[in-house]
Amino acid sequence: MTWSEMQPLLEQACRDTLYMVGWSTVIAVVGGLPLGILLVLTDRGGLLQNTVLNKVIGQIVNIARSMPFIILMVALMGFTRSITGTTIGREAAIVPLAIGAIPFFARLVETAVREVDGGLVEAVQSMGGNTWTVVRKVLVPESLPSLISSTTTTIVALIGYSAMAGTVGAGGLGDIAIRYGYQRFETELMWITVGILAVVISLIQFAGDYAARGLHRRGGQAGAAPRLRLLRSRAPVNSGSPASGGTGPADGRAEAPAADVGKVA
Amino acid sequence: MITTTGLTKVYRSRGREITALDGVDLHVREGEVYGVIGQSGAGKSSLIRCVNLLERPTSGTVTVAGQDLTALAGRGPRAGKELRKARSHIGMVFQHFNLLSSRTVQDNVELPLEILGKSGKERSRKALELLDLVGLADRANAYPAQLSGGQKQRVGIARALAGDPKVLLSDEATSALDPETTRSILHLLRDLNRRLGLTVLLITHEMDVVKTVCDSAALMENGRVVESGTVGELLATPGSELASALFPVSGDASSEERTVIDVTFQGDAATRPVISQLSRTYNIDISILGAAMDTVGGLQVGRMRIELPGRYEDNVVPIGFLREQGLQLELVGPAAQASASAKEGAK
Repeated sequence: MTWSEMQPLLEQACRDTLYMVGWSTVIAVVGGLPLGILLVLTDRGGLLQNTVLNKVIGQIVNIARSMPFIILMVALMGFTRSITGTTIGREAAIVPLAIGAIPFFARLVETAVREVDGGLVEAVQSMGGNTWTVVRKVLVPESLPSLISSTTTTIVALIGYSAMAGTVGAGGLGDIAIRYGYQRFETELMWITVGILAVVISLIQFAGDYAARGLHRRGGQAGAAPRLRLLRSRAPVNSGSPASGGTGPADGRAEAPAADVGKVA
Repeated sequence: MITTTGLTKVYRSRGREITALDGVDLHVREGEVYGVIGQSGAGKSSLIRCVNLLERPTSGTVTVAGQDLTALAGRGPRAGKELRKARSHIGMVFQHFNLLSSRTVQDNVELPLEILGKSGKERSRKALELLDLVGLADRANAYPAQLSGGQKQRVGIARALAGDPKVLLSDEATSALDPETTRSILHLLRDLNRRLGLTVLLITHEMDVVKTVCDSAALMENGRVVESGTVGELLATPGSELASALFPVSGDASSEERTVIDVTFQGDAATRPVISQLSRTYNIDISILGAAMDTVGGLQVGRMRIELPGRYEDNVVPIGFLREQGLQLELVGPAAQASASAKEGAK
């Protein structure tokens, strides 16, 4: 196979993969975020404590997650047809991809949201905030860096799942690698596909990490110090060491009872 | 301003019952700084969290600014609209500050105003005003992680004041701070109390906090209020644990043949040179074994442990002199028994 033969194939495959993964990610986030938050809220000691509901949702999530994707795809065929009108093609693949990713993302959201300090929830309650306020002003913004990391993980997992979407004729990079590379012994094409997938996944992971770190750095904690040299130049400006953060403003407010300035634990 | 009657809180976990509050009656007057002190596990935290009903009391009532909050609570675990509205007028400051790390200082102070539904312009005006009040106007755009502990607590205080509260609850607000920062935060609370007429209920495990800012105090043990009153009243109570903890005096008699007395100074008596008068009038040598004097709530108060030569029987006249001066005396050691038996004999 020559490059001129491969090129259109690969271009189409890239477009198919991005299309499928893009839409299913959007649906997974829209569906998984509330589900994950609900899992935290309804848990014992949660703001909307409801043990029965919590167990039911948890069990549904577990079942959905334990199903191999290819089986899920087949099992959902009827449902897919009722939504897209067909069980073949890119659109038809989005349905099982999204449904498979919702519980996956929901679990990641649950873990991220659980990390939020309960004291913050209490603070908002003491200001007269209701549950919705707590979700909107505390749980989501405070766990945003983790939520972004979770989304990255979900996208990467979806790219993996999408390789199987070829079985319903949805195309995509994984499909090319199997049909041409493996079944037709076009080893070269297979490795090119694998290479493209590796690059795409690296880029997504990099972008996700960059965004998550950038948000996290508002906290200025040492733990969030960027590993990448690229980001280091900005680090002192934004985060700063605790010492410089403490002594900096001292001159600005000499008249205030400034006993705590520079006294950083 | 804050009244609790028969406040009881029982926690149930795995079949066991733990009584955190056992019929607490607390009365905080308008405009005063009221300190609740006790060891960890005494129920202080449960108490302050019951005041704004973050914790539902098992029984009893809480009234804040004439409003019975327990009646607003409703039955479910979720706070109804009325209760949330009442809460927005009760400020609360926390030990670990509880600032949102994703928001700047100014946005943190604006949060309660967002909840109250204030417009953007009004929010930022109010937030900057409050930050100025706590001395952090120049750090409005910093993130909490860039601040020191004391600065974070100032932000916490500014945030608590955003709803124009009449009452401020302080849950161990200074316990995570070093002594110097603690002092500056306490002075800030004192200042706000005077300037805004804010009623402050604070809980702490540090006697120093009570000594520095409180007008009144209560001592909690095992979910009960053991002692309570204004600092003056507490000092006037013979055998008050709080008074002796606030003004600890120590020292033992140097020999059997001596009388040891704890003298409590308060108000006018504190400024008069009673000890030297006593010495001159009766020509006796007085040793001071220990003393603790301080200014509490603007009044000079304190206790002193003095030693007079001779047994109790020999010192009846000088002791009478001190009593006449309006001082409270408490006999320590063998003298206390001697005095008790003397009284028995008199009967």
